[in-house]
Amino acid sequence: MATFLILAILALILGNIFLQGGTGLSPRFIFGNADKDMFDVASAGVWPMVFGTAARVILMTLFVIPVGVTTAIYLTEYAPALSPFTRIIRGAVNNLAGVPSIVFGLFGLGFFISAVGGTLDVFLYPDSPKPVWGKAALIWASLTLAVMTLPVVIVATEESLRAIPLGLREASLALGATKLQTVLRVVLPQALPGILTGGILAVSRAAGEVAPILFTGAAYYMASLPQSLTDQFMDLAYHVFVLSTQSPDIEKTRPILYGTVVVLLLLTFALNLVAILIRARVRRNLRRLA
Amino acid sequence: MLVGATNSSLAQEYREIIPPEDFARVPPDRLRQYLGLTRQQFEQMDEETLKDLMSLRIEAKAQMPDDPDAELNTTEWRYLLGPHQWTGYDRPAYIWQPVSQIHKYNLLPLFIGSLKTTFVALLFAVPLAIAAALYVSQLAHPRAREWLKPGIELLSGIPSVVLGFFALIVMASFFQALFGYPSRLNAFVAGLALGLAVIPVVFSIAEDALTSVPRSYTEAALALGSTRWQAAWQIVLPAALPGVFAATVLGFGRAIGETMIVLMASGNASIVSWNLFDSTRTLTATIAAELAETVVGGHHYRVLFLLGALLFAVTFVANLVGDLVIHRLKGRLEGRR
Repeated sequence: MATFLILAILALILGNIFLQGGTGLSPRFIFGNADKDMFDVASAGVWPMVFGTAARVILMTLFVIPVGVTTAIYLTEYAPALSPFTRIIRGAVNNLAGVPSIVFGLFGLGFFISAVGGTLDVFLYPDSPKPVWGKAALIWASLTLAVMTLPVVIVATEESLRAIPLGLREASLALGATKLQTVLRVVLPQALPGILTGGILAVSRAAGEVAPILFTGAAYYMASLPQSLTDQFMDLAYHVFVLSTQSPDIEKTRPILYGTVVVLLLLTFALNLVAILIRARVRRNLRRLA
Repeated sequence: MLVGATNSSLAQEYREIIPPEDFARVPPDRLRQYLGLTRQQFEQMDEETLKDLMSLRIEAKAQMPDDPDAELNTTEWRYLLGPHQWTGYDRPAYIWQPVSQIHKYNLLPLFIGSLKTTFVALLFAVPLAIAAALYVSQLAHPRAREWLKPGIELLSGIPSVVLGFFALIVMASFFQALFGYPSRLNAFVAGLALGLAVIPVVFSIAEDALTSVPRSYTEAALALGSTRWQAAWQIVLPAALPGVFAATVLGFGRAIGETMIVLMASGNASIVSWNLFDSTRTLTATIAAELAETVVGGHHYRVLFLLGALLFAVTFVANLVGDLVIHRLKGRLEGRR
């Protein structure tokens, strides 16, 4: 049966990865540095990559949550349901979700780095021979990912806003609260878990993406952790790509490769699991309310 | 138009010459573009090296091949899409060779590459995903459904770079040992791995469409004496057929836009061949592999952005069609209820 064939393939992939990679996993590997030789099985660690990935997704949430949540609030609470403008926004959000990730990479390079960063350099550092903002950097990678994950946050927030009973809003309005007060103090707190789910799903999606950060910030190798927003960074998902395609001896570096994959998978699965648990709890609470 | 402003003709490139004596008079950015260097390369060179490069360029102009192809602007549409009789080839050919002396930008090898991998992916993923969706939504016990559905959706939680890694390290060797074809990385291996990324997309959309078929359809069929399997196969599936179509179209959009899997597992040789077991270069992998090496604003850079725009247009249409079909189907099914 097809269902079980799919599950069997899934089990095969995960089994292969975890069986081969689980053994190489140790605190030294996760928290160790890679500054001597990142292809050396005995000493290389993945801490710089874990740090880089964490930095870029945390920064991304700072950008994506405010924009995504306000858009969702506007769409569900304020926008007239059938106006052409609302339809255009919805269509755009839907479409954004289907744009290939490499196209976001191109967008990040063309818009954030060349247009925004380049302009900043012209005004802020007209004398600097080297570009300061107009180059691949942590902040541009985060912004690119924020644009990419915007639909995830909007859809999750909208879903949780729509699940809140209309009676709650009406009761608040009947007690004399303004529309804004109702949204901020009654609706939003109820929707918080849903927003959180959206944020976590966005993070887990972004953590595994490589294509959008290829040109916007990920570094093949860096001797130190990124110090500022304009530094490049090493990245866990990109490191999987580097280790599997650029390794000088693929058989020798296999343990690091599998170990890195396991760390990446554990990270994304853990985030997904948290999101699923929160969502299940929200749905239970809502059923009780309704 | 994206390409209109560029000219990749070699003759054009060498037409203007800046003598090394003018080094101090030329703005650095202008000089960098003139020498065709990336920013990083430019920063690392001292004045002497740059001057050497400038005189090398003058020599290169003197030695410019006496080749009619050098006069061509290869970014014109007819060279991007049509075959051309390049010097040294015995017949007109479609060639993608952007870093050769004559920059050849024919897109056809890349189109074929993308279509080949997408075709394999859909052939593998669509039947599996739809059969699974039919089973989970119609036949499975509700308790089993509770864990089957998230189980399959777990596939979408695997980052594409991990699927690419798996295809490159494990699947490629396994299938080569099994079938014994010469090229270890090819459209077939990449397509299978791509299929794994497409399955959860097709599955969740098809499952959603199948679930939204009213229960009364199944109940009526069962009351008339059909088995559960007959009801699912002959009543529910036809009723949700547009949804299945939409799932396939959206799966196509996902497959053609996927980058890391094909970059790692397809072999990346830009040859015109419909053989699934030949090494293959796709649109997405080309952008990913080549953009970092190009001169910002140069013709190669712009052609890669053109590829990005084409990808955007294709996925845009796929998503639009998919969404419209689903919207209509749901309206119809829910309207009748």
